[in-house]
Amino acid sequence: MSPQFTSPGAHSSSPTFSSSSSSSSSSFSSASDRRLNALVRHLATEESSPMDSISASPTSAHADSVFAHVVRGPEDPILGVTVAYNKDHSPHKLNLGVGAYRTEEGKPLVLNVVRKAEQNLVNDMSRVKEYLPIVGLADFNKLSARLILGADSPAIQENRVTTVQCLSGTGSLRVGGEFLARHYHERTIYIPQPTWGNHTKVFTLAGLSVKTYRYYDPATRGLNFQGLLEDLGSAPAGAVVLLHACAHNPTGVDPTLEQWEQIRQLMRSRALLPFFDSAYQGFASGSLDADAQSVRRFAADGGELLLAQSYAKNMGLYGERVGALSIVLKTAEVASKVESQLKLVIRPMYSNPPIHGASIVATILKDRDLFNEWTIELKAMADRIISMRHQLFDSLRAKGTPGDWSHIIKQIGMFTFTGLNPEQVAFMTKEYHIYMTSDGRISMAGLSSRTVPHLTEAIHAAVTRVA
Amino acid sequence: MASTMLSLASVSPSFSLSIQGKIKLGSLERNNLFIKTESFGRMSMVAAVNPSRFEGVTMAPPDPILGVSEAFKASTNEMKLNLGVGAYRTEELQPYVLNVVKKAENLMLERGENKEYLPIEGLAAFNKATAELLFGADNPVIKEQKVATVQGLSGTGSLRLAAAFIELYFPGAKALISSPTWGNHKNIFNDARVPWSEYRYYDPKTVGLDFEGMISDIKTCFVFHELYSPEGSFVLLHGCAHNPTGIDPTPQQWEKIADVIQEKNHIPFFDVAYQGFASGSLDADAAAVRLFVARGMELLVAQSYSKNLGLYAERIGAINVVLTSSDTAARVKSQLKRLARPMYSNPPIHGAKIVANIVGDPTLFSEWKAEMEMMAGRIKNVRQKLYDSLCAEDKSRKDWSFILKQIGMFSFTGLNKTQTENMTNKWHVFMTKDGRISLAGLNLAKCEYLSNAIIDSYHNVC
Repeated sequence: MSPQFTSPGAHSSSPTFSSSSSSSSSSFSSASDRRLNALVRHLATEESSPMDSISASPTSAHADSVFAHVVRGPEDPILGVTVAYNKDHSPHKLNLGVGAYRTEEGKPLVLNVVRKAEQNLVNDMSRVKEYLPIVGLADFNKLSARLILGADSPAIQENRVTTVQCLSGTGSLRVGGEFLARHYHERTIYIPQPTWGNHTKVFTLAGLSVKTYRYYDPATRGLNFQGLLEDLGSAPAGAVVLLHACAHNPTGVDPTLEQWEQIRQLMRSRALLPFFDSAYQGFASGSLDADAQSVRRFAADGGELLLAQSYAKNMGLYGERVGALSIVLKTAEVASKVESQLKLVIRPMYSNPPIHGASIVATILKDRDLFNEWTIELKAMADRIISMRHQLFDSLRAKGTPGDWSHIIKQIGMFTFTGLNPEQVAFMTKEYHIYMTSDGRISMAGLSSRTVPHLTEAIHAAVTRVA
Repeated sequence: MASTMLSLASVSPSFSLSIQGKIKLGSLERNNLFIKTESFGRMSMVAAVNPSRFEGVTMAPPDPILGVSEAFKASTNEMKLNLGVGAYRTEELQPYVLNVVKKAENLMLERGENKEYLPIEGLAAFNKATAELLFGADNPVIKEQKVATVQGLSGTGSLRLAAAFIELYFPGAKALISSPTWGNHKNIFNDARVPWSEYRYYDPKTVGLDFEGMISDIKTCFVFHELYSPEGSFVLLHGCAHNPTGIDPTPQQWEKIADVIQEKNHIPFFDVAYQGFASGSLDADAAAVRLFVARGMELLVAQSYSKNLGLYAERIGAINVVLTSSDTAARVKSQLKRLARPMYSNPPIHGAKIVANIVGDPTLFSEWKAEMEMMAGRIKNVRQKLYDSLCAEDKSRKDWSFILKQIGMFSFTGLNKTQTENMTNKWHVFMTKDGRISLAGLNLAKCEYLSNAIIDSYHNVC
């Protein structure tokens, strides 16, 4: 067994990384030191490129691993919650971490309409598994654009929209980010504070630099609208701005329609480029059209925008990785050129997207009966979540838990920003086996009538016993 | 007002379209419109006059390989033959979904499995199966958990993850790729910002392997980049059925390649896209990889199930890294995950389940092996028939045996660009300009026609 190494530097600069190995530096060559220092510098400042650090040294010879300098990465904070949950053996454990819908019985759900669509696909003897085009399944792309922008969207009718199938929301954001980094003059994207934990990494690795704009107001547990307007107002003209189309993740706090209109006018007056993340269309309010209003308003004013769509939640297709990136441009000609460049981003990343999930979506969207069935199942999911909000709110009030918990019913979508701090969260995990992200976000989809009392107890205890 | 709008319309086509849009919207008021048409018209005018922020984006060239299929589709000649396609075709020249895949999909549907997110590293059952298939279930590196396996988006996605890992943990390190190689390899390394250079591989004189050139270039291939020294490059090797040439090193040559890689402290990086599909035997096609592993070398292997399980569009593959210790393997795996998460979060489930179900069931596994032998067998038959036809038709004494010596889906014919154009323009045979043909797109019935085309292009065109 060859000795394991950690560089002394690694400990001081990046305490979040732990290596299970013991340190032993006596047999280091200076070359390995250089590489480790380069790595440490990278890890210490995650956003910066490692290219400006000292170049690599020769691989260490013989029995030593040339990968010895690789340290263990931390668990992804969001997905890591489920990992921790799975390790817990308590019968009372509750997973309010990752945003996947659960039934009242706490089970994952595959929509009936999805099963039907899948059965159709499997039964269809003429179906083959040939490579999709780089931009994905054509039907899926058309139908997805129509779903979010509206069937009567002028942008669509004028062929000013290019839509490419991508790997769910994440993949759409990444491809869009890479495209902007290569072809857009402003390489800064403004993201709301807070936002989904993966946004920063996605855009940074895509080659953009990330800044934030004020969004959540802890005092009101609502929108810091003034701060938002000020920050967007002082962003450099042309900067990219990430907007959550509905059901903001993690806060559940959305602008009102009037506020959206002000945001739109401000952004258009400063030529700020909108990049919508739409992961909950139909899932937030129960209505596909209502949840698309923010995007449609922007598209309707004739301006340009980017849009990442995901079918993970609203069609329950999480693991199939189905989504789309749409870019609305000024002219059909530009749209066509942009599409050709998107292909150059995709081809060296994964060549072409996976067929299964997109086929399910296309099957459902193009069939009137399946589409209607889908809207009904979608509304049922949204309604159950809204019901959980009310139950939790009522339960906390009945218990007399200190504080104003009305944000639970004012916020929308899968998540609630409870306002609990990391210490309180840790307490709830340790004492009550409640798993959630340390920012105080809980997934309402993971709650049921049966488990609301347990959560109420835990919150009450945390609020009264932990600062 | 109206005339002003009309004159503006002649200046900017997008503006006139906006007017149309406006009129259309006006008639659809009952559809829940939220924008007043007047204000929409005004906003539209402002937006249309300002040019696109992406005006300067240029039209990218079409993909060279996919362009061949498109040209084929456009052709109306009844003799046309598509030898550009890198996907298996039956003797009837139809796409093929393996029976065992249909069975697996039916099983999956019957079981009613859920569609929850996979872990970032993919389906555990798939990762286990894929590593065992590649290295052999009894391989010490598997038993000692020295392999980091992460499910990837077929071969491309797995290569890209590895390239991103190389860029991060071996900054400045180079990839050495064969000349020629699959066209997308360069794009992958470019986008991952990994510098690359080529080692000689194809010898046009013999239509075979330039072995001396290959060894020499791997030995001496280096770049002086500030403090960077020559050792420690990542040598990209095709595990079997080299794409595009079909030319593989012999076992003895593989030993020498391993020697020189070890000598130079390079790191082998295998692209295995045809395991089982090349010879018909999963084990035989993994021999090169296993040879290197048996020497105790650390290495990377990208796998794809596109061809051998016909799962092209499902995008199922894996990146494997063999390390000297299980702890290093765990750490490397964690870092691969950190690269996958901001790319696509977690990989698609469908293809992974198909593979896991097939490999995990002895009956299905046997059936798969039989179907794979059948596919590889058909290609070998077609090679034989083509060779026989060429020998029979060609009055010169040209040695066409390279057709038989090459292996896998592709063959490098040795035809140059002009000769290839003759193949297409005169004979309606669609192929890539580098002289590569896909045997998968050929059947016995067309061998004679193709041999005539090749002979004509070779002898009568310069």
